[in-house]
Amino acid sequence: MKTENQKAWFFVLPVLVLVAFNALIPMMTVVNYSVQETFGDNVFFWQGLDWFQQILRSERFHAALGRQFLFTGLILAIEVPLGIAIALSMPRKGIWVPVCLVLMALPMLIPWNVVGAMWNIFTLPDIGLLGYFLNHVLGISYDMTQDPIAAWVTIITMDVWHWTSLVVLLAYAGLVSIPDAYYQAAKIDGATNWSVFRFIQLPKMKTVLTIAILLRFMDSFNIYTEPFVLTGGGPGNSTTMLSIDLVKIALGQFDLGPAAAMSLIYFAITLLVSWLFYTLMTKDDLN
Amino acid sequence: MQKRSIVPILYILFLLLPIYWLVAMSFKTTNEILSGFSLFPQTFTLDNYKVIFTDPSWYWGYINSISYVTINTVISILVALPAAYAFSRYRFLGDKQLFFWLLTNRMAPAAVFALPFFQLYSAVGIFDTYLAVALAHCLFNIPLSVWILEGFMGGIPKELDETAFVDGYSFPRFFATIFIPSIKAGVGVAAFFCFMFSWVELLLAKTLTAVAAKPIAATMTKTASSAGYELGLLAAAGTLTIIPGAIVIWFVRNYIAKGFAMGRV
Repeated sequence: MKTENQKAWFFVLPVLVLVAFNALIPMMTVVNYSVQETFGDNVFFWQGLDWFQQILRSERFHAALGRQFLFTGLILAIEVPLGIAIALSMPRKGIWVPVCLVLMALPMLIPWNVVGAMWNIFTLPDIGLLGYFLNHVLGISYDMTQDPIAAWVTIITMDVWHWTSLVVLLAYAGLVSIPDAYYQAAKIDGATNWSVFRFIQLPKMKTVLTIAILLRFMDSFNIYTEPFVLTGGGPGNSTTMLSIDLVKIALGQFDLGPAAAMSLIYFAITLLVSWLFYTLMTKDDLN
Repeated sequence: MQKRSIVPILYILFLLLPIYWLVAMSFKTTNEILSGFSLFPQTFTLDNYKVIFTDPSWYWGYINSISYVTINTVISILVALPAAYAFSRYRFLGDKQLFFWLLTNRMAPAAVFALPFFQLYSAVGIFDTYLAVALAHCLFNIPLSVWILEGFMGGIPKELDETAFVDGYSFPRFFATIFIPSIKAGVGVAAFFCFMFSWVELLLAKTLTAVAAKPIAATMTKTASSAGYELGLLAAAGTLTIIPGAIVIWFVRNYIAKGFAMGRV
């Protein structure tokens, strides 16, 4: 049982000050820009909610948002089941476990632009390993700078390569915490593999899977660097995700007002969906 | 049991293929890369690495990156420790709301903060310093550290604290000599994740630096565009960015799976 103690605020104060400095001041700047128009020279005019209306009605934003949801949906649909399957087939103990874990975690520790550059080199049509294999061995015409479908397949494959291990590590952590006695009891009852998974392993993995799905949602929804380096958002706009579009507007065209309004809408959507996921996944615990 | 280990083996092969290709490229000459496909380096060369280790604009990139990552990890852990202790041991006004607010910062798209950060840090005069990048990365690393550490601290029985106070330990002495050593695995895991997320992030690091503190990742993107198509050099620089992460991960290999599992959502 925790004790009530208001002095605990002093312990939290350094964190509060640092995060507030980093979060609140920039956030206020964004809010400030989002309701004003500027023509440079630090002269601002009150604009009200015009930017918000403009963004919410703009087809460009709708398209980027649609691509973003498609991307994140595909990522979750592939990485979560795949990660669970791999975690289930890993040995529980033995000398190979740490080796497996280290090798699997390796992609997550590579700087994101290097991930993009690496996949670029890997998929170059005539001199990349994958590109050469597809084009000259299998005879599939593959060039992601020309073909939007190829670009999408490449970006999805890259993200699966990059982040499935996170789901694997978390699911694995949940699995090794199940006592052997559970499995023995299931064996005595003559449970099938499926019912062991459904009634023992899945419930025990629930907490970690909630974390995995939330983290994968947040990070894939905010993805910027990897697709930017790999495809630059192209061909055309076919792989321009929300963050890429936002940076284009803010730093490329320097349209601060619309960019700020878009930032706030973007952040609000991320928060809302995270909250929905969280409430849905923890609903049973509360009842 | 034996048959199903084929799945992890295939998965690891899939993970290693692009990495192999990057490493193989780094030992090729630019001529060989552009002249056609070869599975192994035909004319094995270390020239790409020589360039990186002799050209200050290259190797300073690594020093810069490691500097701000280290500063960020130290700051994040130092401030997160007492906060995590407060969240794990006490109830106080607004504790749950504060915890949730901290986590929402983990959800903020970095692209949203790039420009305001640039203006804020320019205004306080730390633009293009290690401190700027280290502080900016605190935005998502502090919440994560608090979250992980709180999970580990929850596993330590409260009786430990009470016994120490009965024995006449002052709070700072108890915290430093008894409590922190008993959650050192948690500190290791939190430090690992701080290192990881600060090391891999580029958008903020690039926006907040110009020359003096420029990260290696930014040096790479600039070279990629300005020097034309020096793929071998780019591959060598990329290969070198994998090494620090690989070293750090080896140290925490036994705790890494546990790190997230013990945190709460």
